[in-house]
Amino acid sequence: MANLFPKETNIVPIKIILCKVITVILIVLGITYYFTPKYTRIGYKPTQPVAFDHSLHAGQLGLDCRYCHSFGTVSSHSNVPTTQTCMNCHRQVKSNSPKLAPLRESWETGKPMKWIKIHQAPDYVYFNHSAHLNRGISCASCHGKINEMEVVWHDKSHSMGWCLECHRNPEFHIRPQEEVFNLDWKAGDGSTKAQVEQGRELVKKWGVNPSQNCQACHR
Amino acid sequence: MRYYLLGLFVAVTVVLCVVGFRGQKTERPPIEIFDDMDRQAKVKYQKPSEFFADGQASRMPISGTVPATIPIDDQYFVTGAIGNQWGDGMPKSVTVSSKFMAAGKERYEINCRVCHGSTGMGNGIVTQYGLAGVANLTDERIRAMSDGEIFNTITKGKGQMMGYGANITPQDRWAVVAYIRALQRSQKASLSDVPETEREKLLKK
Repeated sequence: MANLFPKETNIVPIKIILCKVITVILIVLGITYYFTPKYTRIGYKPTQPVAFDHSLHAGQLGLDCRYCHSFGTVSSHSNVPTTQTCMNCHRQVKSNSPKLAPLRESWETGKPMKWIKIHQAPDYVYFNHSAHLNRGISCASCHGKINEMEVVWHDKSHSMGWCLECHRNPEFHIRPQEEVFNLDWKAGDGSTKAQVEQGRELVKKWGVNPSQNCQACHR
Repeated sequence: MRYYLLGLFVAVTVVLCVVGFRGQKTERPPIEIFDDMDRQAKVKYQKPSEFFADGQASRMPISGTVPATIPIDDQYFVTGAIGNQWGDGMPKSVTVSSKFMAAGKERYEINCRVCHGSTGMGNGIVTQYGLAGVANLTDERIRAMSDGEIFNTITKGKGQMMGYGANITPQDRWAVVAYIRALQRSQKASLSDVPETEREKLLKK
């Protein structure tokens, strides 16, 4: 009977436990890394029906964000422009370009352009653009440097933790009201220290007290 | 054990190859892992809706109705016309103040500057890209134009220019009219237009 199991059988239980531990650790690491908006949302870069180039329009030409997204400062929703807004220029500029064919079709038929929405908060989140834009939070804080993107991608995670981070420490993002639509703006010498110093002053001056109550965003 | 570790290594490599890393650019729409009530069957801004026959959730105003935000008792404020003629001067409900002018400047620089240029000379950046026939806002024709007509041009457009009524509120359109008047004046300003306290500074230059 003594030779039924060889000697190495003695360490089999340890090996099994070790394998299980490694597997569990890897699964946990995988979930922490992948099951978060930092992975699922950031980098979403769809191909739009018309390859609208923000770096050309907002960067090179210097169009203000509000030329197209005209109601962000007065409404909870920052609108995608109407076809007419595009046609203001594109009836004359590049009016025969094949790239703009879907736009012309929309203009002639009256059917809206089917732009693909990139930043989509869940339907139980009530985000208000005007509340942020009118209190010194720039487009760039949540959408990244759109004025440098040829094709727009989802740049920040927009997770609840990410929202709360700024609601707890708004001085890292708040900026003078007149610089909100200047996406290239940086506080002082561009360092985080300069931003925080100026941010603290603005928070105090405006009495900014961002809510951390559930009900602020989830009604 | 050896086979197990090898298998694990292969599995990790396969996962990394398939799902990649954080921040990689992808055409794949975001995965909603716990998607409970993430997408609800309600009407949302600028979204399609199966409820309406034309498939649009945003509705056009019913013909013959006016949004509640537009005053109906001040026709001049909304149309720029008094009876059958263009009116001149600001409507009663508008007070011209430095805040009002600042709003006008802001709206002008957002909506008008691209074509008409920062000073209104009709040399905005878009004219370098093939937009022709942009009016010089400081020339005699526009100087002589009544405020109401300029207001109407902003609202409904004229010639190649399309209307900006949908993008700028009536109040702000009047502010833009006032700012255009200021631009016109600035192009033909004399020393007597400068406040006395500021004159010395200017003369030194």
